[in-house]
Amino acid sequence: MDRKEWPLWEVFIRSRNGLDHKHCGSVHAADPAMALKNARDVFTRRMEGVSVWVVRADDIVASDPDAKPEMFDPAEDKIYRHPTFYTLPDQVNHM
Amino acid sequence: MTALTSVANDARLEYVLRIADSSLILGHRLSEWCGHGPVLEEDIALTNVTLDLIGQARSLYAYAGALEGRGRDEDQFAFERNEHEFRNVSMVELPNGDYGLTIMRNFLFTTFQRELWAALQGSDEGQLCEIARKSLTETRYHVQHASEWVIRLGDGTDESHQRMQRALDTLWPYTAEFFSSSEIDDAGVGPAWPTIESRWLPVVRPVLDVATLQVPARTSFLSRGKEGIHGEHLTPLLAEMQYLQRAYPNCDW
Repeated sequence: MDRKEWPLWEVFIRSRNGLDHKHCGSVHAADPAMALKNARDVFTRRMEGVSVWVVRADDIVASDPDAKPEMFDPAEDKIYRHPTFYTLPDQVNHM
Repeated sequence: MTALTSVANDARLEYVLRIADSSLILGHRLSEWCGHGPVLEEDIALTNVTLDLIGQARSLYAYAGALEGRGRDEDQFAFERNEHEFRNVSMVELPNGDYGLTIMRNFLFTTFQRELWAALQGSDEGQLCEIARKSLTETRYHVQHASEWVIRLGDGTDESHQRMQRALDTLWPYTAEFFSSSEIDDAGVGPAWPTIESRWLPVVRPVLDVATLQVPARTSFLSRGKEGIHGEHLTPLLAEMQYLQRAYPNCDW
């Protein structure tokens, strides 16, 4: 018998309090409807969310973990990229 | 209390137990799948349904206890009654069979339950209305879950189609009991059971059509679990479900 694995889907949930959907795990499912249903059953059993997104894991383009140095290290010593060198006038609050 | 109200009250109690026992017994059957589901996600999905059903039974037993007025609590209803005292429809006590049969039963029964909960919103009994309102939301999802699988498997491979048709052929005769009526319905706690059939059929048929399954003809077979007349399968189920309370009466854990 042909035993194909169902494809993997990444699950994103927007919690009651938060504004953004956050990645919380993955499920196997044969199609989008099943993925959504499985995500609901696996990840929202304890009222974790009010909205669920699922995305085929294959459709996510991810950075290469082995390329971390060249991807991210160069930002480390460029403190001038942070807007911390400006003196704010007193009138400007809440920055 | 006069004899008349006592009889009416007994009928109300019977009515509530019919609903409660079906939820509990199906809940227990589904719990047997826990850890044995075809895939992890389905295992969890079915366990969620299980917990909802047992939760419905608990609320209804608490309500039944209040109606009865003899101080019985939910555990006593669940664990200290014998086979002939259970009022569940016979379909829910049948063994799980393969996953197809389990899903088909969930589909046929939860679609019935959804119509029942909807009708109970009109009940004069406030607490029952409230239980029905909460259960309706749960059952809507159970219906969705079961319907999707009935379609997937019915309209799936030759093997899955055959199994679903076999499940439907096995279970269909037991649906007649959902709508069979008796004198306790005159108590008017909820809708008369026959009225639910005309709302249930138009829901069930289109799904079975999409699933390419043939609805069997009605026969004269009528199971009678609601009257406490059960088949061979309920006793072993109760033996397992009630074991702890029977072996260690009043134990707490």
